[in-house]
Amino acid sequence: MLRLHGVSKSFGGVQALADLTLTAEAGRITGLIGPNGAGKTTVFNLITGVFPPSSGGIFFEGQAVVGRRPHQIVRLGIARTFQTPRLFRGMTVWEHVLVAQNHRAGWGPGLLRCGGRGRALVEEARQVLDLVGLWEARERPAAALAYGDQRRLEIARALAAGPRLVLLDEPAAGMNPAESEALLHILEKVRAAGITLLLIEHDMSVVMNLCDRVAVLNFGEKIAEGTPAEVQADPLVLEAYLGTD
Amino acid sequence: MLSDYHQTLLLLTGINVLLGWGAYLPLATGQLSLGNAGFMAVGAYAASLLTVQRGWSLTPALLAGALLAGALGVLLGFPALRLRGIYLAIATLGFGEIVRTFFLNFERTGGPMGMRGMSGTTLGMVWLWVLGCGLLLFALAHARLGLSLDAVQEDEVAAELIGLNVTALKVGAFGVGAALAGLGGGLFAHHILFIEPGTFNFLESITMVLFVLLGGMRTFWGTMVGAAVFTILPDLLRFLQDWRGAFFGALLVALLIVRPFGLLPRETLRIPPRRLAGGGG
Repeated sequence: MLRLHGVSKSFGGVQALADLTLTAEAGRITGLIGPNGAGKTTVFNLITGVFPPSSGGIFFEGQAVVGRRPHQIVRLGIARTFQTPRLFRGMTVWEHVLVAQNHRAGWGPGLLRCGGRGRALVEEARQVLDLVGLWEARERPAAALAYGDQRRLEIARALAAGPRLVLLDEPAAGMNPAESEALLHILEKVRAAGITLLLIEHDMSVVMNLCDRVAVLNFGEKIAEGTPAEVQADPLVLEAYLGTD
Repeated sequence: MLSDYHQTLLLLTGINVLLGWGAYLPLATGQLSLGNAGFMAVGAYAASLLTVQRGWSLTPALLAGALLAGALGVLLGFPALRLRGIYLAIATLGFGEIVRTFFLNFERTGGPMGMRGMSGTTLGMVWLWVLGCGLLLFALAHARLGLSLDAVQEDEVAAELIGLNVTALKVGAFGVGAALAGLGGGLFAHHILFIEPGTFNFLESITMVLFVLLGGMRTFWGTMVGAAVFTILPDLLRFLQDWRGAFFGALLVALLIVRPFGLLPRETLRIPPRRLAGGGG
């Protein structure tokens, strides 16, 4: 579904990614792990068009992603969340979900929320908030939400954009065990709805329980790939995380 | 019946509401324009040229002036995308001065001698325009497009990454704001009967932004209230005579301390929850 082919990125003289080849299979949850500074978020920024790769190709469902502007990539069907929530602080939970649907509302009555696609979208927005458990909090401004709720709102906003692939940047970061447990359930349901996930995560319980496949980055290079169990046993991975003696 | 004097005051209030909205729309996408007096001048001179020298009737001339100002606004909106905050403010201020200097040297519209011969703006006409534009802004505030503008104002990167065309939204808001300033300028020229380049100085641009700040940045209602207070209050303070300006200035400072988000911040006029939830809940 998503294929990165020989992607490199350097900032000035710093090579952030070197010749990365990575795929996310449709309907699967792919994990992207690695120590801090390994280039994981750079991968997300390249996929979503925040900046272009220095070389290499990125393809989503056979279509080239490189060269498109970020909002056009969203319209192809790729949405994302951020490592630290970037919510619209003054807007309510409900408004976040609606505004993320805007590019699908079309012109005419859909824009006024009441008719055409608008009515179906409003119903869908309700379901998205139900899914992440924020329906009761829908009238609260984002700035007033607890941290875990903010993270779930980011996921809801990404889902509301109508993606077939969602990139999650450390969705469990800063969550307590109960919250990451709830997050697991949400992501399972998202997968069950047929949405492909690519996630960066440090919380190994999330990675091991959720991911179908895992790719490991270190210093901008992919050092391992496979099922969670395979990756966990890989000596290169252990070395990257724990260092050599 | 209202005296002529009070009619004039109300008429100017209406024009100032339009000018305030012209500053409000760019601000709604996070763009501070201090060059709207330039767009006002373009609208004023273009409409005046058409009515005085070409014999157009007022309404189509006003529309043409607004369209021309709006087109210029779109043109300026693209380079404006690259600038933020204070830098954008300075650049737009420069634009306003360029326009003023242009008309100072443009013989067709009288250069420094100014231009006369316009007439026809009435109280009812001004407020019909205010009503029409106000209805459009009301629809905008309750439509999805209004949410898009809010999102752009809050976080451009995140807005782009949920599929919003931030470029189009910002340039569009800038252009429509310029068109509103042009419309206000056209109405103003045909009310005041005489315009000269000095009429459209940068103080005028700052006043338009003050309407927005005073009333509340986040709603078009706020701007309306701000423009009305700004127009009518100095008149009510007439009894202070020479101290009027100083007192009015002090009042502004006090207001911004007491109500930093303006007279009518968004929370005052939040849409009732039931409506927002699409009838469910």
